[in-house]
Amino acid sequence: MVVGSVAAIGAGIAAIGAGIGIGQIGKGAVEGISRQPEAANDIRASMIVAAAFVEAVALFAVVVALLGNG
Amino acid sequence: MARRSVQSLLVATFSLFLATFSTATYAQHDTAQHEATAEVSSHEKKEGEFNVTETILEHLKDDHSWHLWGHTSLPLPVILYSDKGLEVFSSANLVDEHHAPAVYNGNYAYKTIEGKIRVVNPDGAVNTELSAKVWDFSITKNVASLLLTVTILLLIFLSVASAYRKTGVKTAPKGLQSLMEPIILFVRDEVAKPNIGHRYAKYMPFLLTVFFLILINNFLGLVPFFPGGANVSGNIAFTMTLAVFVFLLVNFSGNKTYWEHIFWMPGMHWSMKLFLAPIELVGIFTKPISLMIRLFANITAGHILVLSLVCLIFIFKTVYASVVAVPFVVFISVIELLVAFLQAYIFTMLAAMYIGMATEEHHHEGDHEPHYNETDLEKVHH
Repeated sequence: MVVGSVAAIGAGIAAIGAGIGIGQIGKGAVEGISRQPEAANDIRASMIVAAAFVEAVALFAVVVALLGNG
Repeated sequence: MARRSVQSLLVATFSLFLATFSTATYAQHDTAQHEATAEVSSHEKKEGEFNVTETILEHLKDDHSWHLWGHTSLPLPVILYSDKGLEVFSSANLVDEHHAPAVYNGNYAYKTIEGKIRVVNPDGAVNTELSAKVWDFSITKNVASLLLTVTILLLIFLSVASAYRKTGVKTAPKGLQSLMEPIILFVRDEVAKPNIGHRYAKYMPFLLTVFFLILINNFLGLVPFFPGGANVSGNIAFTMTLAVFVFLLVNFSGNKTYWEHIFWMPGMHWSMKLFLAPIELVGIFTKPISLMIRLFANITAGHILVLSLVCLIFIFKTVYASVVAVPFVVFISVIELLVAFLQAYIFTMLAAMYIGMATEEHHHEGDHEPHYNETDLEKVHH
């Protein structure tokens, strides 16, 4: 039971990290687009790719938490 | 006049009452049914309450039969190779009439234990020594789903290819061609060309195959019932195979500059070169491993999320939990559609990037030279 709750805390901490990361990416992208609206498409593409990278790190943590749980 | 309005009022009241009443009975009936199924599934495992983790992991795992509906599932061929030779039998032999694992007497006595076929002794215990000798080459749910994907890919691309052969590339695309052409051009113009450069044509077949294989498997994984339902791209063996292909392709197409940058980084002090070589060497392996885990984790996490939300109904043991759970499941599923495309795109893009890094000719200074395509120039002109 203790192991399960520790794994859940780990997954939660990973979610905090990913949240900050994706928030920063979104902030950067919106600022970039508002400064240079004509570059919106390129910025959006790189924003999605960067967000996927950050998300992947969070998911690594979730997988590790899950494996640790089992 | 007054009588008529009273009559219609009565009808309205009565039908309203009936409607409320009937939904209430429906709901009760549903709850009873859900509880019954929940009870059945928990009875099948251990007595006690509904185990969420077990249920979710069971849905994520590969299986020897393909669930169709209710208590019906499609038995798949089991192919085993042991020291007594090859044997093929239907997986229907491995379950009894109550869908519980049963012993099948082939060359050895086989029984499915936690989804894997094991040799059991007459007393029912697992014989680990003999189990290690048996190689399982079965057409499992994932393999069958992969074969289905291959069929879909062949049907789509052979028909599109024959359409191009008939009308040529200069005429406007028709039918399925119009759907595939923009996606193929997207892979070429957004993925291959910017990352690989002028040598992109050689790698297009690989990139397109990987892209559409992952995409179609991701989409099939989102379908909760029969033709879908297998968790192929959320299976680490599948993503590992793809990553191994990327690894081989990158390292076999790597040129002199690529290996020089790994073992003897140019433009550095010799001590730094010694320091960097092992790091770069590890980097060769971590790149495909990250590809493998990224796809696996993204797809698996999506499935876990959807299954957890559905499990909420069984945790609260009331059908009213579905008022929250079902809209959330729909919402997550829509996001998963985006993720399905995004992960196919990212896997392909990173593969292209690694290939581009391995085949780059010039030196590191201008890592990414400014890249203009037609649309950029058009925007400048306007």
